[in-house]
Amino acid sequence: MRTALILLFLLALAAMPGALLPQRSLNLPRALAYIEAHGWWGTFLDRLQFFDVYASVWFSAIYLLLFISLVGCLVPRTVEYAKALRAKPVLTPRNLSRLPHHKTAVVTDTPEQVMADARVRLKGWRLVERAEDDGARSVSAERGYLREAGNLVFHFAMLALIVALAIGKMANYEGQVIVLANGSQFCNSGTLGYDSFRPGLRVDGTDLNPFCVRVNEFDATYLPNGQAEQFAAKIDYQAGDDLDSDTWRPYDLRVNDPLRVVGDRVYLLGHGYAPTFTVTFPDGQKRTQTIQWRPVDNLTLLSEGATKFDPPGVTDPTERRKRQIAVTGLFAPTSLIEDKILTSSHPKLSDPAVAVDVMRGDLGIDSGRGQSIFQIDQSLVDSGRLTRVARENLKIGGAITLDDGTKVTFDGVVPWVSLQVSHDPTQVWVLVAAVAMILGLGVSLTVRRRRLWVRASPDESGSTVVRVGGLARTDQAGYGEEFHRLAAQLLPRRDT
Amino acid sequence: MPVNDTLATYSDWLYRAAALIYVFAMVFYTTEQAFTRKAKKSEQARELVGAGAPVTPAIGRIDESTEVGKPERFGRMAVALTVLGALLHLGSIVLRGVATGRAPWGNMYEYGAATMLVAVVTWLVLMRKFDVRRLGAFVLTPVVILMFLGGTALYTAAGPVMPALQSYWLVIHVAAAILSSGLFLVPGVFSVLYLVKVRHDANPGRFTRIGPKLPEAASLDRLAYRTTIFAFPIYTFGIICGAIWAEAAWGRFWGWDPKETVAFVAWVVYAGYLHSRATAGWRGTRAAVINSVAFALVVFNLFFINLVIAGLHSYA
Ligand code: HEM
Repeated sequence: MRTALILLFLLALAAMPGALLPQRSLNLPRALAYIEAHGWWGTFLDRLQFFDVYASVWFSAIYLLLFISLVGCLVPRTVEYAKALRAKPVLTPRNLSRLPHHKTAVVTDTPEQVMADARVRLKGWRLVERAEDDGARSVSAERGYLREAGNLVFHFAMLALIVALAIGKMANYEGQVIVLANGSQFCNSGTLGYDSFRPGLRVDGTDLNPFCVRVNEFDATYLPNGQAEQFAAKIDYQAGDDLDSDTWRPYDLRVNDPLRVVGDRVYLLGHGYAPTFTVTFPDGQKRTQTIQWRPVDNLTLLSEGATKFDPPGVTDPTERRKRQIAVTGLFAPTSLIEDKILTSSHPKLSDPAVAVDVMRGDLGIDSGRGQSIFQIDQSLVDSGRLTRVARENLKIGGAITLDDGTKVTFDGVVPWVSLQVSHDPTQVWVLVAAVAMILGLGVSLTVRRRRLWVRASPDESGSTVVRVGGLARTDQAGYGEEFHRLAAQLLPRRDT
Repeated sequence: MPVNDTLATYSDWLYRAAALIYVFAMVFYTTEQAFTRKAKKSEQARELVGAGAPVTPAIGRIDESTEVGKPERFGRMAVALTVLGALLHLGSIVLRGVATGRAPWGNMYEYGAATMLVAVVTWLVLMRKFDVRRLGAFVLTPVVILMFLGGTALYTAAGPVMPALQSYWLVIHVAAAILSSGLFLVPGVFSVLYLVKVRHDANPGRFTRIGPKLPEAASLDRLAYRTTIFAFPIYTFGIICGAIWAEAAWGRFWGWDPKETVAFVAWVVYAGYLHSRATAGWRGTRAAVINSVAFALVVFNLFFINLVIAGLHSYA
């Protein structure tokens, strides 16, 4: 027990830093900023895995030790319990008046009658009756065996929960993807379809459950102060045979209400806007793009982004790198323009506008270096390879004409939703184990293991001295009332 | 659903009135305590046990006189005030629920208000069953302090809750958290008093003012334990409901969010408390320290984690 206790405190202590220090798994930028800001101390803590507490060597070690200790504790306890179930209640102690609860009376019944009465009164108790040397008879009674059963169920369920969690850690994955709410589709066919993908230790992303989701519409309502009141996406999905027959089934995807399909879950995590821009090149060719911009202010959904265009029909890479175009800047769903500065006053799409810089030159998209879809590469601007050729605020339908006749129009807005696909094959087992834990705990904490003895000894005068003694095995608290009531029943005529 | 501002205002008034009444009740409990002579020594309790009488009611019985003495009268008034306060408190919570048209525990102010009501009701129930009335001021002190903090620093005007909170799991999960936290307050106080009493018993020169007036250390220990084992399964249930809700709302059932983490830590420390009561050398003082720490963690989780550390729970 002492080992278990110490391990429990170690576990509590080891879990705590994860609540106080930023964790990589929860908020990578904050964790990195914290390490950066704390110099050698930050680096030192990082070496000791204080920013990955729950994956750290020391946390896992405690977890493992606890697991071993649990097994080591439960096996003998189970064996002992199995024996206790078959064993007879223990012998009646010599001196019942030494027990925490006891009571004595002299009655006129014979010892046999007292015993018969006790057997009736002690229904539900496990009984054994014994004749003693001096003509006395006694009965040992015990009940509350369920307490230990409940306790074992609790600890075994915890063991099962730990195992299920560990297996889940191996086999789970989580992927996030942004999908335009204009009938665009997403299929869970490989990790490349995701914007970010976090696999479990044994997942390589080759064997995902196939299903597809099509986002038709997104709808949100807000309070006047911009707080979201409710949002939902109307989606269709297909999985299993539906994939072959290309059948779509509708679903209303909401916060708190994920789509559960082929063992995976699809969540609606967030939303934002994707402005549509059309660039008409001097030769009359048009290119239209709708790319998600990301919110910079979650309350008003003021968003930033960069929509990038390649000039059509230019095959010479050098020439192309002079004429690529990016439309970057801010987007406001409910625009407020003061002194030509655009802000958003509300997240609802009621009066959208953009404040854009049109950049021309080399975007660096074909340089082989990955870049953010929300930004242009600032180093190319600094080196003069990408230059600003216009700056303007536009409402829908508004257009900018560049010096070379290229025309950029702001055509409209499509909302996007950010979806998360989660896969965890053992979570249902975790739930089952947790429910078993609760049930076991409830039984273990409400049932009391207690013993009661009645001894009837004949005395010289021909009457019978009845002694009742009681002992609660685990906790005395609360046995008093029950003992008192039972003793009063067993000793109806209280002569002394 | 629009908020009914009139009802919300009444709710706020009732909240303040309840806190004020609790302060008055504290004054009366303290007066009773001050007028009461020393609690009788343990002999009597032991004798009662020896005779086979129920153990628990024999908690340092005092003032055996049959007529209602002065302390008794103060004590009864204190209880009457506590009941009145609790009724106003309940009214405040119900009105907020009606005003907003949702379960009245959607933000920290509301959560704190409901938790404190549970603590007061727990106290009233214990007082009916056991002779612990004189301890009222010790229980009401944290209640009043937390209600004051709740009504000022954490106050939130009545309003609807954000989408992630619109779930029946919210109702169940938070209700279980409120119920267990409120229940935990009382054993937390008892365990602290236990430590005081044990210190005093070991050295009567310490805690001379309150030490002699506290019930037997063993009674405090027992009451702390019995209340805790009642609250612990509810707390466990609350954490599990939280995980179920998180699975639907955040995409995972457990993510070591700071709030989840501290709830887990407090749970483990409570499990440590239960173990300590069955471990030789850990009963008594050590167990009481563990129980106090566990409750401190529950309070820490409510205040520090919500206010200082950003996490998914920050809006609550
Ligand atoms: C995460 C680890 C553990 C947790 C959360 C935990 C929790 C609990 C709880 C809540 C109880 C209370 C039931 C009661 O009071 O009767 C309990 C009882 C018990 N636990 Fe554990 N336990 C853990 C690990 C262990 C281990 C490793 C052992 C063995 C070395 C152990 C042995 C016991 C025993 C013997 C009891 C019965 C105590 C009694 O009868 O009061 N536990 N445990």
